[in-house]
Amino acid sequence: MSGMLLEIENLHTHFLTRAGVVQAVNGVSFTLARGEILGLVGESGSGKTVTGFSILGLIDPPGRIVEGSVRLDGLELTSLDQEGLRQVRGKRISMVFQDPMMTLNPVLSIGEQMLLAVRAHERITRRAGLERAAAVLTRVGIPEAATRLSAYPHQFSGGMRQRVAIAIALLHRPEVIIADEPTTALDVSIQAQILHEVRELARESGTALIWISHDLATVSSLADRLIVMYAGRVVEQGPVAEVLSDPRHPYTDGLLASLPANARPGEVLRQIPGNTPSLLDLPEGCAFAPRCARASTICATAPQLTHSGPRSWRCHHPLGAGA
Amino acid sequence: MLGFVIGRCLQALVVMLVMSLVVFTGVYAIGNPLDILIPPEAPQDIREATIARFGLDRPIWEQYLYFLLNVLQGDFGRSFIYNMPVLTLILSRLPATLELALAAVLGATLIGVPLGIYAGYRPTSVAARLIMGLSILGFSVPTFWVGLILILAFAVSLGWLPAGGRGPTVLLFGVPWSFTSLEGLSHLLLPALNLSLFKLAMMIRLARAGTREIILTDTVKFARAAGISEATILRRHVLKLISIPIVTVFGLEFGSTLAFAVVTETIFSWPGLGKLIIDSITSLDRPVMVAYLILIAALFVTINLLVDISYAALDPRLRGGRGA
Repeated sequence: MSGMLLEIENLHTHFLTRAGVVQAVNGVSFTLARGEILGLVGESGSGKTVTGFSILGLIDPPGRIVEGSVRLDGLELTSLDQEGLRQVRGKRISMVFQDPMMTLNPVLSIGEQMLLAVRAHERITRRAGLERAAAVLTRVGIPEAATRLSAYPHQFSGGMRQRVAIAIALLHRPEVIIADEPTTALDVSIQAQILHEVRELARESGTALIWISHDLATVSSLADRLIVMYAGRVVEQGPVAEVLSDPRHPYTDGLLASLPANARPGEVLRQIPGNTPSLLDLPEGCAFAPRCARASTICATAPQLTHSGPRSWRCHHPLGAGA
Repeated sequence: MLGFVIGRCLQALVVMLVMSLVVFTGVYAIGNPLDILIPPEAPQDIREATIARFGLDRPIWEQYLYFLLNVLQGDFGRSFIYNMPVLTLILSRLPATLELALAAVLGATLIGVPLGIYAGYRPTSVAARLIMGLSILGFSVPTFWVGLILILAFAVSLGWLPAGGRGPTVLLFGVPWSFTSLEGLSHLLLPALNLSLFKLAMMIRLARAGTREIILTDTVKFARAAGISEATILRRHVLKLISIPIVTVFGLEFGSTLAFAVVTETIFSWPGLGKLIIDSITSLDRPVMVAYLILIAALFVTINLLVDISYAALDPRLRGGRGA
């Protein structure tokens, strides 16, 4: 598997709360190639966001990576100290968050915030730093960027703020951008625009992208490869087209069936029965079994990952060719 | 902005007018200054002459109007006791209190805010627990006791610092100050420390609460994800975000210290306003009381105005209407 840009192996991130250990990420492994766009899909609480934060070591206590490895081009990130991690953050791997209303500091001007991000990794004069900031703002489609630098976040719309956040993520031409549902909080029309632009920007600069989302439809129009997470585990992964047209895991199948686009007009939308299990108290075997129509007694034991070409899945009773 | 300032100044005028009315009637009600001004054995004609000189034979509303008229001409009356213009008397005491209050509040802020930010940033560390212990102490130990202990320790036992008084002053812009000379500073240190302890405790708690809240927000997480160092995050992001409550408390504390530093000024025999007002209350020196309280109202109004203006400087969202 060497030669991969990012290799995540058997990652376990747990939260040691008063109620018990919350196993948010429970043995996740995947890789990311240079310039690849990877969609990370799952319901709320499936561990997709925690996976994203774990890569950058941004898990706040009481959360902690208890096991596993995250390697960036061979560099083990989980054993880096604070300063080592800081040098990776924003420089080699950067991140865009879900809600642009919350991520920018309301009392610092856009230029000031971008300058802080530039200077985090470069010794540069104020003037040159602001010029860099303006150039990147122009790249993400903000008109009159140079004059907008003195503006404050509240003077921008949600879409514009997210563009600023994306510009900050792009400042140092990172190798990977982790985008955690960056369009969820935006209007639908802006969503499509930003989606398109981010893909173009990533392609242009050869940046790999991990696009975290609960929205299968959005991700499938963007990504090269898809990872489906459920209850802190990867349940299925493979090239987008194959996963969508021929899902192996019943959970993926359920997600696809619940998309409005796949329903006939007038028909009631299909939904997956039941709820996601509590991460405090995961079942012994397959976590999806209680909601699964295909479950049998063997599902009380944990299914192993089955590989087939570029695809893999974690199920005792897979659909399609494997059945 | 200009309209805002003018509006606030008009508000201030109304506040001070109401204040003067309340104070005037209140002070009128507490007692008769004649009993103190005139010896009981004085003959009747001297009694009447004194009463007429201070206008005390007039009805209260007439006395009040007469007072207002004089104030408009910059005359707050003469002190019964010191027999000098009240304004001159108060202004001669103001610099002493001003520098004491400023030293106390500024010191408390400059030390308390960094300590509070640290305690909020690493809430479980030993240092943070020590800082919070210190702040509980600052809240709960009475000021007069700390003042006495400070004198006992630093002036009596160690002999490092003077026990009281203001020491020599240096004229700066025609006003006497202590802080410009080393010896003056040594006189200022203990009373300022005494006064600042409570404020220090408050600043620590304020900064800690703000930091703990902000450090968990996406703003800080996003800054971390951009590789910005923890020190820069605290200095640039957190400090700026917690500054509004801190400026508010700074203003309030500065005002109330100016007006009511009585206990500390008494213990350290600091010749400031606090001592003046206590003396004037015990001797029923009406003009001093009235002028003093009106002046304090004016100070509070001014400080609040400055605080409001600094809000706009600190938080761009409060600047009305401008920008894109």
